[in-house]
Amino acid sequence: MNVDNTKMMDIKNIVLRFGGVVAIQNISFDIFKGEIRAIIGPNGAGKSSMLNVINGFYHPQEGEVWFRGKKRGSMKPYQIAHQGIARTFQNIALFKGMSALDNIMTGRFTHMKKSIFSQIIWAGGASKEEYENREVVEKVIDFLEIQHIRKTPVGALPYGLQKRVELGRALAAQPELLLLDEPMAGMNVEEKEDMSRYILDVNNEFGTTVALIEHDMGVVMDISDRVVVMDYGKKIGDGTPDEVRNNQAVIDAYLGVSEH
Amino acid sequence: MTENLHTLPAILERNSIQFAEKPAFREKEFGIWQSWSWKDVYEYVNNLSLGLISLGIKEGDHICIIGRNRPHLYWSIIAAQNVGAIPTPLYQDAVAQEMIFPISHCSAKMAIVENQEQVDKLIEIKKDIPLLKNIIYLDPRGLRNYKKNNLSSLDDISSPDKLKNITKFQTELKKRQAKQNLDTKSILLYTSGTTGRSKGVVLSNKNVIESGKAGIVFDKIDSNFSLICYLPMAWVGDFAFSMGLGLQSGMCICCPESAETLHDDMREIGPSYFFGPPRFFESLLTSVNLKIDDAGLFKKTLFNYFMATAKENGEKILENKSVGLINRIKYFLGEIFIYGPLKNRMGLSKTKVGYTAGEAIGPEIFQFFRSLGINLKQLYGQTEACVFVTCQPDKQVHPETVGVPVNGVELKISNSGEVLYRSPGSFVEYFKDPSNTKKTKDKEGWVATGDAGFIDEETGHLKIIDRAKDVGKLKQGSLFAPKYVENKLKFYPNILEAVLFGSGKEYCVAMINIDLTAVGNWAEKNNISYASYQELAGHPEVYKMVGEHIREVNLSLSKDKNLSNCQIRRFLVLHKELDPDDGEITRTRKVRRNLVNDKYSDLIKALYDGSKEIYTETEVTYEDGRKGKISASIKIQELEETFKRVEAA
Repeated sequence: MNVDNTKMMDIKNIVLRFGGVVAIQNISFDIFKGEIRAIIGPNGAGKSSMLNVINGFYHPQEGEVWFRGKKRGSMKPYQIAHQGIARTFQNIALFKGMSALDNIMTGRFTHMKKSIFSQIIWAGGASKEEYENREVVEKVIDFLEIQHIRKTPVGALPYGLQKRVELGRALAAQPELLLLDEPMAGMNVEEKEDMSRYILDVNNEFGTTVALIEHDMGVVMDISDRVVVMDYGKKIGDGTPDEVRNNQAVIDAYLGVSEH
Repeated sequence: MTENLHTLPAILERNSIQFAEKPAFREKEFGIWQSWSWKDVYEYVNNLSLGLISLGIKEGDHICIIGRNRPHLYWSIIAAQNVGAIPTPLYQDAVAQEMIFPISHCSAKMAIVENQEQVDKLIEIKKDIPLLKNIIYLDPRGLRNYKKNNLSSLDDISSPDKLKNITKFQTELKKRQAKQNLDTKSILLYTSGTTGRSKGVVLSNKNVIESGKAGIVFDKIDSNFSLICYLPMAWVGDFAFSMGLGLQSGMCICCPESAETLHDDMREIGPSYFFGPPRFFESLLTSVNLKIDDAGLFKKTLFNYFMATAKENGEKILENKSVGLINRIKYFLGEIFIYGPLKNRMGLSKTKVGYTAGEAIGPEIFQFFRSLGINLKQLYGQTEACVFVTCQPDKQVHPETVGVPVNGVELKISNSGEVLYRSPGSFVEYFKDPSNTKKTKDKEGWVATGDAGFIDEETGHLKIIDRAKDVGKLKQGSLFAPKYVENKLKFYPNILEAVLFGSGKEYCVAMINIDLTAVGNWAEKNNISYASYQELAGHPEVYKMVGEHIREVNLSLSKDKNLSNCQIRRFLVLHKELDPDDGEITRTRKVRRNLVNDKYSDLIKALYDGSKEIYTETEVTYEDGRKGKISASIKIQELEETFKRVEAA
């Protein structure tokens, strides 16, 4: 995907506190339109909190979030859902008893305009709307190559496939910005390779901007355009994978510093 | 059907007039069955042909087709023939290195491939295949940022409005079509190559059309049939069934959504003509049995009762023999309660003709399907014959034989016991390999199959024993036929693969591959825990179970006049599955004996030198072509007893 250097999101001087705990200390960075932006850092660095701020779920005590050129105020949950940002979760949050297809269909919720009544009686354009949404969902299913589990209850699927269904649900919303919270956690090498391929393809095919949190340095360095490194709630590095790799502060945070 | 059409494109044109709007191809995409009429297909092929000419494809050029069964790839085959080029489908799961040989051997100028995976492979081996000029892809996904030099999408080259000088290409196409006749090369197929390098088999239009016709006449196939294509496109069977038989009969050719959804898709389509290798039916039966094991008591009782009825009368009813009124009523009830729903579940409700071939099928598996009322039969064929050599006629089906020659095929057994045939379907030549062609096909047109067999006196049907060159002698001079024994072992659902050794030795030994699905399920039921294939394979209980299977096989061998000395004394269970990526078996899953002999020479030595355990390291190839090593200590078990030969009473 060609990154055109227009800022999709600009995060300025964010401070997030939970009572006395400061989760994020004065962090600023931006996300360009069309790039894959990674946020990495050791356990407890504040990555997931950061994602929740980007997403609009947490309201930081200080700082500003600019999205598509506008400053964002605090939002109600349905407003969060409608802003064009979709996400996946670190510990899969799917409806276990529902089929993969139905789970992905829920990603289309924000695109359903017909009233609940016309949906119940399947009239007044509700069927047409359902067909259109199903078509989008089927394209997502095809894209993620999960045709064979279309009708399988998600709870019965192995972990790697559940992750893929979750990505599918986020994609079905046709977001401008896709947030992935540890998309490769708990996967084996082959599953990680597959997931990397899907993330690259999403970025490539649909032009979706991706922001992802990841633990696995190797994967991140391979697929992202730029990387933010966090440690103890602070930003300790920001730049291309190569720059970050050679950043002494990052090396220290990941490998530790020896005491003399 | 018997008009004088000489090429597949000509037959397609006839279909577009005769069957016009009738569905020709179906493919499940985006959750629904998309269909194309004969008219649509004709138009597409025509446009694609113009596109191929515009890219500079000349008569006699080879075009590789790589991908899973998809309508557009089948159409590409026809379009290639239409412009006088020779389509060459390759195995889509082959790793990049494996593709170098066929692509460079046939000097392919163009490859039409399914997706990014295949494009990547071709780019990887670019240096080794300098003659390949164009790569055409079907699915654009992930290819957006590739350099476009010699890469184009199938959509683009099949849209006539993107062409300048279209009339020039049309005239050129007409000119080329007029030149084609029955002797024009139709397709180049690379055999899976059980012995060393694969060979390129050249088939002419006559081969394809005549053998297809023979198949159609033999089973009275018409345009109301349907067929599901799921076996590799590079395999002759898929080509002969979908193109040779399919196009000529005008039946509807259906492609599943993906390999994993085959069973669901099959259930929705209900193909009336179906082909499956024995292992397909084996795994189907295994899954039925597993499900029944988990069912409630009521269902289980019902199933067992009616399956007993089916076993007793099903085949007779299928063959219209008399079984008495009571049995007919019982069978009728069984059809309502068990057979009907079961067949529906398996997608075989509408199957009028089902074939299995490639290997011997276990008599019990075979009879299971027949007793349900599915007209499953065996055929014997090979790439060199464009499949059809012999088929079992309806009502004359025996599990151990492969039937009688189809129309136009002559059969004879050579002095050495090898099966020879002569037919209109027999191949033109091995590509660029006159010496092998000469060895296989003599001046009078008799083709040596390489299989040892004989005509069964009782039934008049052909019976195959083994590959002629594999048949050997034990040290004491008695017959050694490995495949015969291996097949007996493989009839057990727990055993996936078996390799027998013994030629020139005093006794026989075997290497066994367990079937992970079946044995895994068995382990679960018996509270045996395991973390990997390797651990399960080495489990003492698994050895005990496999030992028991071998004992039974030994017992049945002891009753065989010729093969009683082929009883297995010692065996081991391999720590890894034999894999086509490692070259141990072919893509069509036939064991490459020489390679296995070399690769596992340490194990074979240990099997004979009396050791109880052996440590070994084995190289494995991953799907993306990287190599790794796995090591294991493998136990070797000795059978406590072998059986004295029992003279038939």
